[in-house]
Amino acid sequence: MFDYETLKMIWWVLVGVLLIGFALTDGFDLGAAMLMPYVGRSDTERRVVINTIAPHWDGNQVWLITAGGALFAAWPLVYAAAFSGLYWALLLVLFALFVRPVGFDYRSKLENTRWRQSWDWGLFVGGVVPSLVFGVAFGNLLLGVPFQFDETLRSSYHGNFWQLLSPFGLLAGVVSLSMLGLHGGSWLMMRTEGAIARRSRRAAQWLSLLFLLSFIGAGAWLLLGGIQGLAITSAFDAGAALNPLAKTVTASNHGWLANYQQHPLTVIAPLLGIFGGLLALLGASAGQGRTAFLGSSLAIVGALCTAGFALFPFVMPSSLDPASSLTVWDAVSSHKTLMIMLIAASIFVPLILCYTLWCYAKMWGKVTTAHIDRNPHGLY
Amino acid sequence: MISESVVDLSRLQFAMTALYHFLFVPLTLGMTFLLAIMESVYVMTGKPIYKDMTQFWGKLFGINFALGVTTGLTMEFQFGTNWAYYSHYVGDIFGAPLAIEGMMAFFLESTFIGLFFFGWDRLTRVQHLSVTWLVAIGSNLSALWILIANGWMQNPVGAEFNFTTMRMELTSFSDLLFNPVAQVKFVHTVASGYVTGAIFVLAISSWYLLKGRDIAFARRSFAIASAFGLASILSVIVLGDESGYEIGDVQKTKLAAIEAEWDTEPAPAAFTLFGLPNQAEQRTDYAVKIPYVMGIIATRSVDKQVTGIKDLVREHEGRIRNGMTAYDLLGQLRGGDKSEQTLDAFNGVKKDLGYGLLLKKYTDKVVDANEQQIKQAALDSIPQVASIFWTFRVMVLSGMLMLLLFACAFWASARKNETRKRWLLKWAVFSLPLPWIATQTGWWVAEHGRQPWSIGEVLPVHLSASTLSAADVIGSIVALVGFYTVLLIIEMYLMIKFARLGPSSLHTGRYHFEQGAQGNAADARQPALA
Repeated sequence: MFDYETLKMIWWVLVGVLLIGFALTDGFDLGAAMLMPYVGRSDTERRVVINTIAPHWDGNQVWLITAGGALFAAWPLVYAAAFSGLYWALLLVLFALFVRPVGFDYRSKLENTRWRQSWDWGLFVGGVVPSLVFGVAFGNLLLGVPFQFDETLRSSYHGNFWQLLSPFGLLAGVVSLSMLGLHGGSWLMMRTEGAIARRSRRAAQWLSLLFLLSFIGAGAWLLLGGIQGLAITSAFDAGAALNPLAKTVTASNHGWLANYQQHPLTVIAPLLGIFGGLLALLGASAGQGRTAFLGSSLAIVGALCTAGFALFPFVMPSSLDPASSLTVWDAVSSHKTLMIMLIAASIFVPLILCYTLWCYAKMWGKVTTAHIDRNPHGLY
Repeated sequence: MISESVVDLSRLQFAMTALYHFLFVPLTLGMTFLLAIMESVYVMTGKPIYKDMTQFWGKLFGINFALGVTTGLTMEFQFGTNWAYYSHYVGDIFGAPLAIEGMMAFFLESTFIGLFFFGWDRLTRVQHLSVTWLVAIGSNLSALWILIANGWMQNPVGAEFNFTTMRMELTSFSDLLFNPVAQVKFVHTVASGYVTGAIFVLAISSWYLLKGRDIAFARRSFAIASAFGLASILSVIVLGDESGYEIGDVQKTKLAAIEAEWDTEPAPAAFTLFGLPNQAEQRTDYAVKIPYVMGIIATRSVDKQVTGIKDLVREHEGRIRNGMTAYDLLGQLRGGDKSEQTLDAFNGVKKDLGYGLLLKKYTDKVVDANEQQIKQAALDSIPQVASIFWTFRVMVLSGMLMLLLFACAFWASARKNETRKRWLLKWAVFSLPLPWIATQTGWWVAEHGRQPWSIGEVLPVHLSASTLSAADVIGSIVALVGFYTVLLIIEMYLMIKFARLGPSSLHTGRYHFEQGAQGNAADARQPALA
């Protein structure tokens, strides 16, 4: 139905959609958990925060799990090289995420204060750590990851966890942390009232400023020369079967800007990120939860697209051996698998969107402290 | 080449995390259906006690489900972290069912589970019932896709090696989907999950009946669990995956190991009830055999043979020699010699390439393997017989005990005299660990019996691991064991606490600990519980 090259492009878009879906939905779960110690001062207030996301966080987390599965199916080499290379970073994310399912469910099962406070800290860590590490990981993709392939396509990683925490990596971590924190803040503005909504508003204001600063700062870092991007220089058949080692790659793409220069329309992505941040700031300042949430959502879409557009066609550049870099063209599954997966995705993704929206609609409305106090046993 | 210790450590980590995950999965598979059945009765009859049953058993289910989600996260990413070469080599096939599982099953299950717990006041009865059914369908669909993936590891159909991409690629999606090994595994595994759910409800209900509290609640739960359990255990046994053991070399080898059948016996082969398998000497000491039984169970016939281990080793040795040729030709093809002649020769022996790769454990170049290394590789192509022999027997014994229990419980429940049979109630309570013993040993048989392959006849385990250091893997094992253990202790604590409290934990005012006068020691603890 589609030729190989088109399918490869479609899968680049689809992986992007899954990652954006994860950041848009589970992003506010992570953000709300991150803000919980600040916006929820009493047990009841923290339960309000938790119960705004209680019915949804599990479904939202599936965007991440499905993105993992889709990476495995569509870009097996990326799945293999990234997760084995960034071993401890991924484990750190997983351990932080482990706390969430049990934290949400077990916290309210006992009334003991220390019990609940321990879970609160666990949930806070479960919000902060993944948000930070995802950003650090993206920052390191732009910097290049020290990995290479041998002739049997076995990948090996030649770095360690601490090297990921370079200044630019950490800056990207701050972008992601403030962006998802902002998303959580604007979500809580919409779904709560009174003191919690007021504190969420304040958090959203500060976080939108931090996001704008760090996002523009990261852009300036790329522009002003901190980072050398890659470019494919060999004559390259985008429709060919996978063989990542067959291409030649040079470090001649200053600041990953080539795509933005060749296709000026793509500048929409960083502009959208900035516009979203500003809109969120405006919404938060005006106390308009919906506007702020729209702003933080646009900021997420803009920021992720900015990174994706800059890297294209690379998805995992290698700083050690540029030819080993994985691209949209040569990290992929066979034509047949991509086609089957596309059919599955075009059936299920619209269905998922429909029933997810139905669930949100059914559970919509402000969660209040009075409602929480009336339901000590039925809610989290 | 990756070191032996990294491979062994990675295997240990995978086995631990997978077995740990499967402490929670079968209960989820069974409980979601039991909850859907209970709620269906509620919607049809309108009796609030069935709503209480759905909510109380749902509470216990939720405690279990949380850890199922937690431990499941590891599984989705672990192929990439610890089995990177595997992920590259077979991702084209193996990744697809995992991704479809996410899109088709996980989303369904996880999106609606929130409404199951929090939607009681927001949905109509029929809407909520539909939500519960969708959760049950979602969890079972996820079992379907993961077992299609696992079935392919046991019997890799519908795929072919591609020398340019240096990996296996999908040739037929329908072959992957309708892999007979995957089909029987699915039925066997989900039915074992239903049994787990049924024993769970049966044992805890029996305990309430023994204590003489919440009788009406417990008897109804007991009745549903015994009927559902009897149907499920019959499916597990009758549709047991023994019937899939004729298909594919790995399954044949596994069957020979299960039965510790060293020499091919004339059909129908005898079943070894007891014995001490001795792998070094290739014989079973102190064997007690029942004639004909194994041949009939395994081949469903009286005239088909079950191939013995010694014959399988001989067969594998031949394929290893073929595999050396295949590996040599692959080197020529990758080196640039793409002549018709080389390609034809390679295609002729391609199916044995995996056997050639078995030699990688002994010599990196494969083609320079000496006679002794070839013989050793052939011997090592058989999994460890004793542990498979015994775990299989423990699994079958647990299954038989549960069949007997469900039959008695169903009979008693039908005659409405279960409350008078205290022996039956006690037996049910003490049977609580049986489904977990059966499912854990069952997976041991299935996966340990697949060794030395990660993908049968295609990719050996020792090539599949990531290029990590032993320290990395030891670190993650220690961290996982520590974290999981703490979580398990917390989970057990909550589960026992709420199971003891029973339906009183719903605070409806209708149950034992809320009827003031009948209180006992446990009453004092009750206010501390939410």
